[in-house]
Formats: sequence, C-alpha cells, structure tokens
Amino acid sequence: MKFAVVVFPGSNCDHDAYHAAKHVLGQQAEYVWHKETSLRGADVVILPGGFAHGDYLRTGAIARFSPVMAAVAEFAAGGGPVVGICNGFQVLAEAGLLAGALQKNAGLKFLCRTVECTVVTDRSVLTRGLAPGTTLQLPINHFEGNYTCDAATLERLRAQDQIVLRYTENPNGSLDDIAGISNEAGNVVGLMPHPERACEAILGSADGASLLGAFLAAAGARVTAA
Amino acid sequence: MKARVFVTLKPSVFDPQGRTIADALHSLGYTGVGDVRQGKYFELEVDAKSADEATRLVGDVADKVLANPVIESYRVEIEQ
Repeated sequence: MKFAVVVFPGSNCDHDAYHAAKHVLGQQAEYVWHKETSLRGADVVILPGGFAHGDYLRTGAIARFSPVMAAVAEFAAGGGPVVGICNGFQVLAEAGLLAGALQKNAGLKFLCRTVECTVVTDRSVLTRGLAPGTTLQLPINHFEGNYTCDAATLERLRAQDQIVLRYTENPNGSLDDIAGISNEAGNVVGLMPHPERACEAILGSADGASLLGAFLAAAGARVTAA
Repeated sequence: MKARVFVTLKPSVFDPQGRTIADALHSLGYTGVGDVRQGKYFELEVDAKSADEATRLVGDVADKVLANPVIESYRVEIEQ
C-alpha cells in the first residue's frame, strides 16, 4: 500500500506518520507538499499533526484552502481511506469532511500525556476488525482537542455509529468524551490522540499500531475489491 | 472602504477563555462583571463601490474564512 503523508507548513508529526507507515507497517510512504494538487496515486492518506499555517485564525482554517485539500476531498468522496491525526483532525473538521469543530481545551492547558481510549465502533477504516470496548493507551498532545458540535449533529453521530474512539477519562472537555469520529461512510476518520507515536513498545505503548494496522487492512481490502 | 468584522462564539458554545477572564475579574473584586465572552475583531480594507457591495463581499469572506459556522457567528460594520 502507498501512504501519502500530507505536509503543510507547520506540520510537525509528518515524520512520525512516515516512520509508522514505512518502518512499522513496512509500506511505501511519500510526503505530499500542501501545494501539490495530486496525491500521486496513494492508496491511503494521512493528515498529520502539527500547527499547519501556524494555526493562525483557527486551527486548520487556512490549511483547508491548501491546494492539496481538493485532491483529499475528491479521494475521500471516492471512498479513499483518510485519517487526520490531531491537527489533521482539525483540518478535516474545518474542511467540512468531518462534522463539528475542535475548541480550546476546557482547562485551557496544553495537554501532553498518555490517555486511555476505548474503541466505540469497528465500522471506521481505523478500527475495522477491532472489538468495540477494546482499550488503547495513546498519547495526546494538543491545546485544541475539545470536540464540539450541536445537539442534532451529536445525535446523528451516535445514531450512525460515527463515534470511533472515546476517552476513558475526559482530558479536555470534549463533548460525549469524543476522541475520534468518522464521516458517514466511515472512510474518513479524525482523532486527537496520536497512534503513529505509539507503535513501538520502546515509545511507551504499541497500541497505536493496532489502529494503523486496521487502517492498512481496510485500505488493502478496498484495493483488492477494486 | 473599511469594514469591521466581529466574530463571537455562538451562545450555546462554552468559552473557556471567557470563563477564565470572568473568574480573574471576580477574584480582583469586580463583582459587577457577570459572564465574559471572548471574540475576534478584524479590520478589512475593501474595494467596493457601495456599502451594500462591501457588506456582501465581507459577508462572503466571513462565511468562508473568518468565522467557523459550526461554533461562531459574526457581525459586519462598514465605515464609508
């Protein structure tokens, strides 16, 4: 499988995502600069963490207009697997590819620690094959991870099984303890925790590898079916 | 022409910064201050022939970029 790791000016987890794709999962990986208009035939796309465009105006607000985002939207509309991690989640929300918005943490503190998350559904490309209820130790590293949306949207997310991960202990005020969501089809996922930084035991947890492994398997199944 | 755009969080959205400021003001003894909501203020220099045209232009910019309609609303003022 070929991974595209989108790089915005200010992305800083692009190398982590590249490392996880290439060296942990053993797949092809390529950086795609935000000015590019093509994903170069990638099978999966990762929008990495960081501070795209300095997070000026709002997190992800400028990045959503980067030329590469039209290609990402088209790829997603065609069912292509896309995962946005941390800042990548914020970009997907601003771009309207995922519902809701990420606000400043309720405690107004930048949070950098490992938290426990629970898999809510196996419907998304990031959790396919993982039993709901599975708990994962994943690092978070954000100031704006407080997920919010209106009541009707939350109702829809629940009804359509779009909540992918929940925090066991809510660290940031996120609505309904949401740590990650998907779009309606399940092929676009955004999450605040960093699975790509928790893929090797030496880094404190390898639980992230099960998410990225599921992502890879889902992408493989899609390519095989086509 | 100059335009001013005031972006504020929708009333239903919790504003942790505003709450912190209110708490600080209360601890300073400003008991006459109730709730505080923090927002953003933009000044735009616009090229438009009329106030209506400027309002439309700036409204478009605010809808698309300056405000996130999921959590924010905005108000535009045009100075001729």
